[in-house]
Amino acid sequence: MFDFILSKYNYWIYIILMMIGFYAMIGKKNLVKKIIGINIFQTAIILFFVSTAAKKGGTLPIIEHAHGHGSHAVEAASYINPLPHVLMLTAIVVMVSTLGVALAIAIQIYRRYNTLEEDEILEQRKWSHNLLR
Amino acid sequence: MVPQSPALVVVVPLISAFLTLLLGWWRKGLSYPITIIALSLSFLASMHCLYTVLTTGTIHYYLGTWEPPWGIEYVVDHLNGFILVIVSFVSLMVAISSRRVVEKELPEKIVYFYTLFLLQVTGFLGIVITGDMFNLYVFLEIASLAGYALIAVGEDGAPFASFNYLIFGTIGACFYLLGVGYLYISTGSLNMADLAEILPALYQSKVLMVAFAFFLVGVSLKMALFPLHVWLPDAYTYAPSAVSALLAPLMTKVGAYVMIRILFTVFEPRFSMELIPATTILGWMAAGAILFGALLALAQSDVKRMLAYILVGEVGYIALGVGLANRNGLTGAILHILNDSIMMLALFLIVAAIMYRSGNREIPSLRYMHRRMPFTMATLVIAGLSVIGIPPTCGFFSKWYLVLGSIDANKWVFVAVLLISSLLNVILFFRVIENAYLEPREEEAHEGVEAVVAIEEAPLSLLLPILIAGAGILSLGVLSGEIIASVIRFAIPAGF
Repeated sequence: MFDFILSKYNYWIYIILMMIGFYAMIGKKNLVKKIIGINIFQTAIILFFVSTAAKKGGTLPIIEHAHGHGSHAVEAASYINPLPHVLMLTAIVVMVSTLGVALAIAIQIYRRYNTLEEDEILEQRKWSHNLLR
Repeated sequence: MVPQSPALVVVVPLISAFLTLLLGWWRKGLSYPITIIALSLSFLASMHCLYTVLTTGTIHYYLGTWEPPWGIEYVVDHLNGFILVIVSFVSLMVAISSRRVVEKELPEKIVYFYTLFLLQVTGFLGIVITGDMFNLYVFLEIASLAGYALIAVGEDGAPFASFNYLIFGTIGACFYLLGVGYLYISTGSLNMADLAEILPALYQSKVLMVAFAFFLVGVSLKMALFPLHVWLPDAYTYAPSAVSALLAPLMTKVGAYVMIRILFTVFEPRFSMELIPATTILGWMAAGAILFGALLALAQSDVKRMLAYILVGEVGYIALGVGLANRNGLTGAILHILNDSIMMLALFLIVAAIMYRSGNREIPSLRYMHRRMPFTMATLVIAGLSVIGIPPTCGFFSKWYLVLGSIDANKWVFVAVLLISSLLNVILFFRVIENAYLEPREEEAHEGVEAVVAIEEAPLSLLLPILIAGAGILSLGVLSGEIIASVIRFAIPAGF
């Protein structure tokens, strides 16, 4: 059992990180903490993808100057899979833009309500709603 | 031009988005015509795609001539060719209608509005046309990010609603991405057609079940399927009128398309129906959505908010058709994607027109509206009848197929749910129509100023799309037999 956890420790870390991020997104009341939660969640996914590509003793997936030299050196088992890394480059771009949009919206909210606490915002919204009636 | 049309569908709005931004800094007035031209070209290209599919069969377009399992492939078959035309048509109509509305609601931000608008449409079209799982994720995020920003510039309360949407949307997209990752580690492929060939041998694997669960939850979040709809009513109520008119008809429909693709093309129907009872669960969630959406819509006094809850119910109809998983049910679902897009387009544009003229959306304030805006209100009646499901309008036909599908599947509960929701919709729309059409009672009329209300229709750029949508609701109803016979019959995934 212990071996099972230890040998796949990167996947366990991914699950723990994902749960921490998920909890922060759903459970935390502060909007900035929610945004940090989003980031932890997405970082966990990056860890997952990169872990799936990793191999013990694997080398760079570049044919030239590789071990054994030349095109005959292509041997899937000894190379780290580059595709998940490439996918994650795109995912990082998405992550950064999400962060940007989220922070911009948080600034808008702060200007309007002068707070970033969700319950205080809801309180103010309820109050202004009643005033309108 | 001609063999490149699948790429042009997506590339034209994408490049125009940047063009709008650059030329908009120079001349603000250019952004509207650029948007219209770009979306018209995109509409023509998608029409051409559908025409090619109908005459010669499925199109496979290899981007950069990289062949499928390695490169990204655009695939247009009957299903997504059909939805491409819907998406590009609806977005063109909303773009035409947006001219005066945006000038009034967002006078400072016209250029940025059209840039984001085009990016949003690019996202929708990309999701529909792509044949690659990861590419779909990227387009999903383009559409969502543009959507968060567009919603956030709305009226008071919009930024907060948009933030909630962002949290839910990000969870949905991340779950989808995890699903893609689990599929990739078990198959080593990201191409949908390739996955569909490799997967059947692995159907017993637990990894696939996890991937499938991630996809189902992630896509349900994006399409706002009950009980994961909580972000939708606030976001679509507070968004600027033109944005709700774009997002409400399309975002949920594109989500429904992704669901059909994953359930029945990437995985075989056998997997989604028998190995995991996903379609059964989906059916019950959909029944909940239909009832819950209609009931909560009853409690609203704001027309736009009421429509948002009706939309939750309409998503339920599509999901119900998918959940029934038989020929009639899927015909109903795919037909409802078309019908509901047009209905929601008409209804949200009408709300935009009411907001433009009176600045108030409460139902009681609709008094005398039929005198001020006779054409708009006539379209409201047509669209309302269609949502209820009265025969000559298109809404009747998709509901008819859904009822037939429920009977085929021997699920009489769903038949009852469909009928009850029609009755609830009758109450909903007659409440609106009563306020808009009936004269105030006599004592009220004596108190108030005598009703001399001049005709004050919506501006032509807004009225024209409303009338086209209204005519569309009627003509799609009349032509629904033809549409089913020539397109939808072939669009139903293999295995039914």
